[in-house]
Amino acid sequence: MTVEKKESEPKEATKISEINLQFKNEVKKIPGGERMMLCFQCGTCTADCPIARFSDSYRPRQILRMAQLGLKDRVLSSDQLWLCAACYTCVDHCPQDVEISSVIRALRNIAVREGHMPPAFKELAGAIMETGLAYKIPELRLKRRQETGLPPLPKTDVQSIVKLFSRIGFSKFVEKGGRQ
Amino acid sequence: MPNLRYAMFLGCAIPYRVASYEISARKVAQKLGVELVEMPDYNCCGLPLDPASHDVMLTLAARNLCLAEKQGLNIVTLCPGCAGTLRKVNRLLKEDKHERERVNGFLKEAGLEFKGTIEVKHLMQVLAEDVGLEKIKETVAKPLTNLSVAEHNGCHVVRPQKYIGFDDPENPVILKSLIEVTGAKCLDYMDETECCGAPIVGVNDKIPLSLAHDKLAHMKAVSAQAVITCCPFCHMMFDTNQMRIERMFNETFSMPVLHYPQLLGLAMGFTPEELALKELRVDASKVVGLI
Repeated sequence: MTVEKKESEPKEATKISEINLQFKNEVKKIPGGERMMLCFQCGTCTADCPIARFSDSYRPRQILRMAQLGLKDRVLSSDQLWLCAACYTCVDHCPQDVEISSVIRALRNIAVREGHMPPAFKELAGAIMETGLAYKIPELRLKRRQETGLPPLPKTDVQSIVKLFSRIGFSKFVEKGGRQ
Repeated sequence: MPNLRYAMFLGCAIPYRVASYEISARKVAQKLGVELVEMPDYNCCGLPLDPASHDVMLTLAARNLCLAEKQGLNIVTLCPGCAGTLRKVNRLLKEDKHERERVNGFLKEAGLEFKGTIEVKHLMQVLAEDVGLEKIKETVAKPLTNLSVAEHNGCHVVRPQKYIGFDDPENPVILKSLIEVTGAKCLDYMDETECCGAPIVGVNDKIPLSLAHDKLAHMKAVSAQAVITCCPFCHMMFDTNQMRIERMFNETFSMPVLHYPQLLGLAMGFTPEELALKELRVDASKVVGLI
């Protein structure tokens, strides 16, 4: 479970050396991240976010601002980046038509490329590469399907998934032994 | 009358943990004359890996779309996450030539090509648009008039509006009207359209459990006798996790959580056993007692 920092804790001043001026261009290149610089910090996303309501530290508006300013390392290593539930309320409500949750997803994609991939995603990716599905479904459950009158679960041609992952250049992020 | 034959996209969560949803959905579909054709060789819709790599998500989704194109069938899914993803990617690849060519470049590796010949719908959309409320009404043998329930829509059935284009995310009415066709009363409650929090379980459990707790409390406040869901993840959040929520907040809900096809199935006259009601974590016998 993520340890949450309280907003009231004193913050360190931002150093100019922390700022990466090219970062915004990196985000804008990923589909969904294009309109990030149009965010004018109204805070609608945070006000309407169901996660922000129950978190002391998750503020989508803040994540967007950090990314706009080029605080690359800070935003990519932050635990808060992984708290978006992708309910898309912010996407529907943003007056600037910025796809906030897609910008956050673009930031996550960059974080993964730079080595900040949470273990849960490694497990998911491992299971998909081995079985085609996000979970390794135990034999017992496959048998139960038939007992309850359900048709057998189709099997994925795993070789084609392996080929696709490798073609996209994703195989290096995948860990064997998905979640059961 | 539209052709009611679909490729059944099962996804991962339902065969893994929520068999009762599939069992009841197949029963109800058969009664309505909806033919569900299995999809051999399907894979995960891609959504779980979107945070890790957008290209992987696009390609996994597109692979499924290609398989259904080969079958010559539109896709129906029970999971809103799968429906939202496949629907969004299908539309993107149909409309954006550049993205289509890029993704087809990946798919070539697996001997596939996206052509853009099919549509994708969630079960709720198939029921509302293709089957129609009138036809559903004709199959109701035992109207559930003694029952008052709350609905929980599942975000990805309706959001983001610009990509999904189904129902009104701010004031969703379609699941409500599908519930009311069964004779049950569907109650309004506070924060009805809010997410259940399920996608971040595992990263942080306190926030989603608090969210689900609030929703259960708001449903209880209007005296709902059950919650009706149409998403395997929302269902796990309210049903599988309900005891955990009760312990965490020292509060009792004992709120049965039914998949929509279970509710409809009861109204059609199927037995609780046929609809796998005993697989629910929270005892639903008091709902059955009211019928």
